[in-house]
Amino acid sequence: MLIMIIMENEINAVQEENGDSEFINSDAGAEIEAEVKAERKVVIPGEVIISGDDFLPGEGVRREGEDLIASRYGLAEQVGRVVKIIPITGAFVPRRGNVVLGRIIDVLHNGWLVDIDTAGSAFLPVAEVPRYINQHEMGQYLAVGDVIAAKIWSIKGRGIDLAMKGRGLGKIEGGFMFRVNPSRVPRIIGREGSMISLIKEETGCNITVGQNGWIWLKGSSTDNEIKARRAIEVVAGKVHLGGLTEQMEAWFKEN
Amino acid sequence: MTVKRHDGRKADEIRPMTAKVGVVPNADGSAMFSFGKTVAIAAVYGPRHLHPQFMQNPSTGILRVNYDLLSFSVAERKKPGPSRRSKEISKVTEWALAPAVNLEEFPNTVVDVEIYILQADASTRVAGINAAAMALAHAGIPMKTLVSAVAAGKLDKELIVDVDKEEEDFREGEGATDFPAAKLSGRDEFSLLQLDGKIQPELVPKALEMISSACEKVYEVQKKALKDFIENPEGGNGK
Repeated sequence: MLIMIIMENEINAVQEENGDSEFINSDAGAEIEAEVKAERKVVIPGEVIISGDDFLPGEGVRREGEDLIASRYGLAEQVGRVVKIIPITGAFVPRRGNVVLGRIIDVLHNGWLVDIDTAGSAFLPVAEVPRYINQHEMGQYLAVGDVIAAKIWSIKGRGIDLAMKGRGLGKIEGGFMFRVNPSRVPRIIGREGSMISLIKEETGCNITVGQNGWIWLKGSSTDNEIKARRAIEVVAGKVHLGGLTEQMEAWFKEN
Repeated sequence: MTVKRHDGRKADEIRPMTAKVGVVPNADGSAMFSFGKTVAIAAVYGPRHLHPQFMQNPSTGILRVNYDLLSFSVAERKKPGPSRRSKEISKVTEWALAPAVNLEEFPNTVVDVEIYILQADASTRVAGINAAAMALAHAGIPMKTLVSAVAAGKLDKELIVDVDKEEEDFREGEGATDFPAAKLSGRDEFSLLQLDGKIQPELVPKALEMISSACEKVYEVQKKALKDFIENPEGGNGK
């Protein structure tokens, strides 16, 4: 029975890692908030997190003999028997299924090149936009400099392919955009989107959060937009505290 | 026998070290490290797209380091721009850091490390390596371990650790020797060994031993700065 439970935990952990994140509703956000009570500690590369055969190395962790060693800087967390590292800094590493905001940087004959803040550029084929577009009129639909919300469809050696079919995806007009550290995105979204819905409710703004840390928002007034942005930046600044949604509720009462 | 150092330090005493993470907001990772009056900052960008394309490696990402003294960092104004010296130090720093990073996950990309010396009082390349190692960790680059570096030296016949400018210019007896070295923390591996001056072969193992124990002290400072950045952001920050 005990073994069964442990195995289930592992399966959950694996699923969480592979789970395709829904738009706005990030799996990673759920993970982080769910582990509020679990002990997390800051580790640096090469540091021994824990010793013994009872534990399995997860993401960002490797085994050297008896020891589990951190391969990167972040917060070490134990989920069941798996020990893994939650990144807290660094550049965006794209994953399949991520919703990202990007800017058109070039119009090609069969699609668009999009800057999504990654090492390789991303490509959005004409076939992956929600309506039929004549090849000669592509520049009218999406021109250089336009901003889109899209989903990462595949990651191949050559580059990243995007798709724009889906709820909430498409060209973005009006409002304004800013950036936060991509590793803070799960916190901004919160468990099952709790944090972002709180901010939306309190400010009445429309908010789209890309996994690459680009955030777009549009509200009824500039004051509301500024308030929403400040709220998001407060969340992004609190790196490893638990119970953030409650804290933010209090923050909204004060401001 | 004890050495007489002009600032009263013991032979194995390092100047007061300061370290801070997150000093360059626009970089993916950054850090500052100082040995006394020597101050280095490092900023890390990437992994990002690599140009020129012929440098791309389809099996791994590459590391590209640029080291330079800022023109106001030295007593006599340094002409800005790359020089023979700065190119050489960039290259050896790259080699010192490369064994510590794992970039296989990011093929065809580059991780750029920019190191600038704000204030130079000798030991600048090792201060740069220490800052760069922290900045790489801060940028979330997968690493085996941190790299800690320190410059050993020899004044006449006595071995010392953490050479400063006055000691570098020592001219009596056998003169001064500068022996910068970098070590992969927690491992018995050196990734940088340079020697400028003269040293007896039998003194080298002794010097390496002094470097190893000094690197451990450097490592503690680096570690504290990285942890304080999260745990105690307003606090000491590595002091």
